[in-house]
Amino acid sequence: MQTNAVIKLSDIHKIYRTGEVDVHAVRGVSLDIQPGEFVAIMGSSGSGKSTLMNMIGCLDRPTNGNYFLDGLDVSTLDRDQRAKIRNDKIGFVFQGFNLLSRTTALENVEMPMLYNSKRVTSAEQKERAEKSLALVGLADRADHKPNQLSGGQQQRVAIARALVNQPSLLLADEPTGNLDSQTSIEIMGVFQKLNDAGITIIMVTHEFDVARYTKRMIILRDGKILTDEKVADRFIAENELRNLREAQQAVKLA
Amino acid sequence: MKFFAPFKLAGRALRRNKMRSLLTMLGVIIGVGSVIASVSITTGATKQVEDKVASLGQNIVTVFSGNFSSGGMKGGWGSAPTLTVEDSRAIKNEVANVVAVSPEVRDRAQILANGQNWNTQILGESPDYPQIRDWDIANGGMFTEGDVRGLSKVAIIGKTVVDQLFVNDDPIGQTLIVRNIPFKVVGVLESKGFNLFGQDQDDVVIIPYTSHMRRLSKRTFVNSIMVQAASKDTINQVQADINTLLLDRHKSAEPDFTVRSQLELMQMATSTSRIMSILLGAIASVSLIVGGIGIMNIMLVSVTERTREIGIRMAVGARGRDILIQFLIEAVTLSAFGGILGIALGMGAATITSHFTGWPTLTPFAWIGIACISSAAIGIVSGFYPAWKASRLDPIEALRYE
Repeated sequence: MQTNAVIKLSDIHKIYRTGEVDVHAVRGVSLDIQPGEFVAIMGSSGSGKSTLMNMIGCLDRPTNGNYFLDGLDVSTLDRDQRAKIRNDKIGFVFQGFNLLSRTTALENVEMPMLYNSKRVTSAEQKERAEKSLALVGLADRADHKPNQLSGGQQQRVAIARALVNQPSLLLADEPTGNLDSQTSIEIMGVFQKLNDAGITIIMVTHEFDVARYTKRMIILRDGKILTDEKVADRFIAENELRNLREAQQAVKLA
Repeated sequence: MKFFAPFKLAGRALRRNKMRSLLTMLGVIIGVGSVIASVSITTGATKQVEDKVASLGQNIVTVFSGNFSSGGMKGGWGSAPTLTVEDSRAIKNEVANVVAVSPEVRDRAQILANGQNWNTQILGESPDYPQIRDWDIANGGMFTEGDVRGLSKVAIIGKTVVDQLFVNDDPIGQTLIVRNIPFKVVGVLESKGFNLFGQDQDDVVIIPYTSHMRRLSKRTFVNSIMVQAASKDTINQVQADINTLLLDRHKSAEPDFTVRSQLELMQMATSTSRIMSILLGAIASVSLIVGGIGIMNIMLVSVTERTREIGIRMAVGARGRDILIQFLIEAVTLSAFGGILGIALGMGAATITSHFTGWPTLTPFAWIGIACISSAAIGIVSGFYPAWKASRLDPIEALRYE
């Protein structure tokens, strides 16, 4: 199992050389993530978690160290090669949803397939996008535009978009940052369901409560891993949602 | 990226800001429209002038007596009596590729017929004249070589003269009195209309040049000699040979005659409209460039506005090239649509101008092609910098952009 890690980071460094002072954002991170894991990366701001996230997402490359994604060394790839890797292997979910405005949910989900190296017919694009939307429970909202959808629904569209190219890795950057607590739990429920289906998920968050829905928690400080442990008392979204509803019910009855 | 995908994206992006897209296009619309309108108007004018010159006849070289500047005195065509009937005979016999020659004698006179009178131009010509001028006889026939030798008192007349003197009668066989000499009308010319200088070419009486010189004007010199070359390709050779022949015959160091070919006349006549078209074209090109700058400006704004969209696209795997193509095609779509609308506008403007002023207009097919290609080119040139800028964005920065 050690051999076919989805992600293998060995002694990753990132130094920003802007202005006179070098900023050493990530200082030697080594990490293995196996298929089917659900990992939370936590840390206060300035801990280097966003920088690490950008490198894992192949948006940026490390100054030093090696990064193997699906066994392929991606730490030396150029812009275009990284774009191809992002398209093939990584699905992004952002804090601010980042959907194209005035574009239907279906078209938003179809968008990554425009940039596939293998040509996808428009019929197949539509079929795959619909399947992806159904997976996040939004099959009936395909024609809606982002401004006609709630925050939770928008984030589901974003998740559907991230899944449409069947990536090896789903990367979520503060996915619940713009959502209320109930919707947050619902979104975490979506992630848990996807993870149960075998999808590897890495999530950056600074909320401990959200991190407890994952299976493994990595805490960064000053660009290094502080702790890396299994989540002990894991939240299950279904249960939490039920508890929340009961609590709301109780308040109303009282 | 699929081939049609960028066009679809461009169409969607442009439809999203309809008013802005339209206003951006307006620069190209006006630019292309003014190019097409000015080209149509000047081409129409040139064509009209060319038709007039062509109406002089086929492949004509004309020899005028006198020179523009002879002996320090600036004279003009026909200002000095130097050409003779013998000169015209020599041209016919000695110059190669000459098919017809007519010495021309001009005069104005009052003519009487049918109890009416009319002041008109009296031309003395050879029987070759209708052939040289490509001018058909409508009724009757041309006088003959025998009439020339016999100083016959015969005439053929133009349409205007018929209208003035023989309103209800058949003019053939009727008698015209010119300076108390009676001439018999043997033919009537087809109507030819106005010439390049606005003269009514049908207001004419043509008689044998010998009759004109001996009986009417009592001259020994001719005003000019009209020569027809065998073909368009031989005009220049014929012109040069006539020049050499006459210099030799007149034994003068400086030519006391002027030889002009129809080609030169064509060039002279169309030079004004050519200058006009260059001038109008230059002004129109400037407005086309201004239109291009407008597109560049809006595309730059659009790239900045859509930085986040660019970031999203890059995050899901769009390469710089894909972004470049997307914005480039957007710019080209803008300018190409502008170009097509501009062509329609230009042709419409030309038609309206033609309708109200009566100027003939003509839109050359080539210029429609040129307008299409140049408007697409303007889109590429003005869209390239903004598109390149978009393609160079860093996805991390672009995603963070508010």
